[in-house]
Amino acid sequence: MRSTWLLVSLLLAWALLASAGHAIDAERLEDPVLQQRYEHLTHELRCLVCQNETIADSNASLAADLRRELREMMKAGKSDAEIRTFLTERYGDFVLYLPPVTPRTWLLWAAPALLLLGGMVVAALVVRRRVRTARADPAALEEEPENL
Amino acid sequence: MKQSLRFLVPAVLFAALVGFFVIGLHKDPSEIRSPLIGRPAPIFSLESLGDPAVRVGTADFTGRPWLLNVWATWCGGCRQEHEALLEIARENRVPMMGLDWRDERALALQWVAQLGNPYVSVAFDPEGRTAIDWGVYGAPETFLIGADGTVLHKQIGVMTPEIWRRDFLPLLSATGEGS
Repeated sequence: MRSTWLLVSLLLAWALLASAGHAIDAERLEDPVLQQRYEHLTHELRCLVCQNETIADSNASLAADLRRELREMMKAGKSDAEIRTFLTERYGDFVLYLPPVTPRTWLLWAAPALLLLGGMVVAALVVRRRVRTARADPAALEEEPENL
Repeated sequence: MKQSLRFLVPAVLFAALVGFFVIGLHKDPSEIRSPLIGRPAPIFSLESLGDPAVRVGTADFTGRPWLLNVWATWCGGCRQEHEALLEIARENRVPMMGLDWRDERALALQWVAQLGNPYVSVAFDPEGRTAIDWGVYGAPETFLIGADGTVLHKQIGVMTPEIWRRDFLPLLSATGEGS
């Protein structure tokens, strides 16, 4: 029990440290609304140098350049959509952590629903078969549940 | 369920999964196709590396194909490909411009002086703004721009004589070398 608590507190401490270490981006926008939009947007854009990091989290110089570019566009009154377009025109859809729905990505987006549907179909088939077996011979189900 | 189907379905699914993995393993995730290919080259005009008073840029190459090589003195791959660039310059088929990206002028000048200069001109981009316009994310990168001003090809990573012959020369012949 004691060791469980120790583990939990260690994990909590680690989580706190991890969030404190987030201050890679020291630059701030004066307008708090803009700053919020800026933080949101930098967290959904990929840094192409270290591809598993957002440009908010990356120390790469390219990420710093892109953050500067974003701040300037926001100060100039550009919308989030305009900024995303600016970046995809240069770096492609890969720069977005949320890829747009296009013919190339529909399978990606539809996959969870398709898998769920497939699972439901299989489950329905199995249940129906079991019901049928049980009706024909109620004892068979208990004897040999493996025999689907 | 029929006995054969019970084994066939998982086997087919597994084979499909393995197929995806095999394809995925043979792709280089660091090479991202540039959306600029087939589109007009982004226009720029920057200070020349050698002389801040001189502007160099896309306007210098209207009506003929040219190369844009993105490099920097901090970039190891750039040193690696330098010999290949010099070789391309010696061929004298197409002018190559350099884009010195996020660099220090003194170091870059020293680089060109020591290693040789394959460029007809070098644009100096210390803040990386032009690089962003070109979708640059890692030096070295080399673009081929056609006579009509569209981007024909982008090489991500070190240029070699093989890549030059395989990927660039056929495109260059197609666009007409016009000098």
